Amino acid sequence: MSNNELTRRGLLRTGAVAGAGVALPTIFTASSAAAYTNEPTGGTVTLGFNVPQTGPYADEGNDELLAQQLAVEHLNGEGDGGCLNTFTSKALKGNGILGKKVTFVTGDTQTKSDAARASAKSMIEKDGAIMINGGSSSGVAVAVQGLCQDAGVIFMAGLTHSNDTTGKDRKKNGFRHFFNAYMSAAALAPVLSKEMGADRRAYHLTADYTWGWTQQESIAAATEAMGWETVNNVLTPLASTDFSSYIAPVLNSGADVLVLNHYGGNMVNSLTNAIQFGLLDKVANGKDFKIVVPLYSELMAAGAGENIKGVLGSMNYNWQLDNEGSKAFVKSFGEKYGKPPSNSAQTCYAQVLLYADACERAGTFNPCGVAEALEGFEFDGLGNGKTLYRAEDHQCFKDVLVVRGAQNPTNAYDTLEIVEVTPVEQVMYAPDHPMFGGAEASLGECNSGA
Amino acid sequence: MDAIILQILNGLDKGSAYALIALGLTLIFGTLGVVNFAHGALFMIGAFCAVTVQRLLNLSFQTVDETQKDFLGNPLKVDTPYVEAWFGPEVGATIIDWSVPLAVVFAIPIMLAVGYAMERGLIKHFYKRPHADQILVTFGLAIVLQEIIKYFFGANPIQTPEPSALKGSLDIGLMLGFDPNAIIYPIWRLVYFAFAAVIIGGVFAFLQFTTFGMVVRAGMADRETVGLLGINIDKRFTIMFGIAAGVAGLAGVMYGPLNPPNYHMGMDFLVLSFVVVVVGGMGSLPGAVAAGFLLGVLESFASTTWATTTIPGINQIIIYLVAIIILLTRPRGLMGRKGVMEE
Repeated sequence: MSNNELTRRGLLRTGAVAGAGVALPTIFTASSAAAYTNEPTGGTVTLGFNVPQTGPYADEGNDELLAQQLAVEHLNGEGDGGCLNTFTSKALKGNGILGKKVTFVTGDTQTKSDAARASAKSMIEKDGAIMINGGSSSGVAVAVQGLCQDAGVIFMAGLTHSNDTTGKDRKKNGFRHFFNAYMSAAALAPVLSKEMGADRRAYHLTADYTWGWTQQESIAAATEAMGWETVNNVLTPLASTDFSSYIAPVLNSGADVLVLNHYGGNMVNSLTNAIQFGLLDKVANGKDFKIVVPLYSELMAAGAGENIKGVLGSMNYNWQLDNEGSKAFVKSFGEKYGKPPSNSAQTCYAQVLLYADACERAGTFNPCGVAEALEGFEFDGLGNGKTLYRAEDHQCFKDVLVVRGAQNPTNAYDTLEIVEVTPVEQVMYAPDHPMFGGAEASLGECNSGA
Repeated sequence: MDAIILQILNGLDKGSAYALIALGLTLIFGTLGVVNFAHGALFMIGAFCAVTVQRLLNLSFQTVDETQKDFLGNPLKVDTPYVEAWFGPEVGATIIDWSVPLAVVFAIPIMLAVGYAMERGLIKHFYKRPHADQILVTFGLAIVLQEIIKYFFGANPIQTPEPSALKGSLDIGLMLGFDPNAIIYPIWRLVYFAFAAVIIGGVFAFLQFTTFGMVVRAGMADRETVGLLGINIDKRFTIMFGIAAGVAGLAGVMYGPLNPPNYHMGMDFLVLSFVVVVVGGMGSLPGAVAAGFLLGVLESFASTTWATTTIPGINQIIIYLVAIIILLTRPRGLMGRKGVMEE
């Protein structure tokens, strides 16, 4: 008998040693050659779209996903090109990004911070996503932004309206195309004063979490500066489904305006309850009672149905905007999906193009180079009109829309009408504004993950 | 005084929903001994019966109106509901307007069938299993049901408005001699309370004054003895499961106009309803109803500005606080039978 016979244990041992030997050079080359996290080495580059695909904001997430898929098509030279034809930067040629074909992976945030971080982490670590885009919650945005900062990838938030995202929680690797609570308030207050008068008493119902607090703080400050008085601010639990016990005392409080600092299901239910109580049919302090919803979205408007008629609010974008970028996007989105885009869809679409454009202008996917290209970038042609990505806090500045629930909608998409396009100058603020973390707020250092 | 009356009214309509769901829950526990975590899903399915009826009544044919444009600038496709074409615009619009009350008729057989299928198809296999198994399987079923609803109807809330004639609010304060606007209350919430009272009264009357009800009550008290008398108590209990599902479903149908239905609404009510059952006494029907209204009113008072400023967060914990106190001082609940949940 020979001792040279192949045994199972021997085979495993030999295989393990050989495998380690073969893998060793790859491990070294991978770590030493990668200048930044997930540097694309093949013919493709992968983007990560992190949106709520389940949970209460799944419909909004689906709209974001549709828009991002459309953006990828346009980047790869498919379809009608959409806003590539109207974008003032001409760096994008419809041949992918830096010559690499764009692919994407998706994650489900579930509108939960921990789930959103887990899905973003998985896309970065397992799928090699070079950036993360999308989402529908400020809590999620702040959480994922922190993760992307640590991982060394660019994060472009989706629908996040809290001042904190580009305020006290701002990060060098994070950018926000969406507007914020301060901007909503700055745009709304003059319109409210003009339509309702300067002598009003407001009662606030506020969702008890980061977005609600910053929204209430912003709108109260802006309306008080116009001469309004804040009668009361009641914090309502985020999990509330029926707001009747909060609304019942409003008429008896001496208030003549109800401000609903609610979003999503909270807003749909609180507004429905307020209409049931007949608030809009009442007269208080000798004036017609009014309701204000500082932040609107199309899906919320659809959920609230007829209850939004005549109710004022603000938006980041509306498909009815009459500029070339908006028209190109609505045509492209509408022909592909049979409906106009929501403002969260437009945000996510614009962000994908902006990221790609920044890579082209920077000549690299390195997040620090991309961040530098985005900082202070001014452009037009993506639907919002003239826009600036401010370098100091990575907040996007553009005109803000004041909208009103349509009195006589002619179709399912005609639920909101634009009352005023508030010029960007009116909603500007200093990067060290106290509502945005003050002088202590800092972007920190860029992290490329190298 | 007016603020107290207002919060009592508020609590009554909230309590109506709790009481209706808890009544079904405790009916199932009392008869079959099953802890049914899918009961909230039955409430949700009831609400979506109303959504379905509304959609059926709004089934339309399209005509192209060349004079109007859609969002892409193409000629507008105008939807005309078949009911308006068949019965005329006014009658058709009225039928659509009354879709929620009409849905009650539609929901009764649907919910009975859903309840029957749920009991025969799944829950009967878990009668002899521990309560933990029953909770797991029914909770899983609840998730499956809500995901099915989300698949077909989406995640966004869907408005199911009350009929125009029942929209708006009543100035109850004025009727009671208070100042105008002191006690304003929505008409549909009063309708909901009245509806709940009728359903609860109906279930009690059914159990109290019919032979079927008498046998069921006897079975609840001593299942084995009733079985030894040659009565097929299992069959009657299955029917009671269907009735419990029907009660939850009808509660859901009528709840739609208060808050637009969404796929998650059952879960929102489920935990609270269990607390109601525990506070009322497991298996006690009057206990479930009384606890439903009691906790509804307490929750309403805890949400007042006075309460939330005196004890911050009291609005979020009041129901659980009451449950803890009851469990510590009277484990069988307010009206629970001696021995149940006390061993």
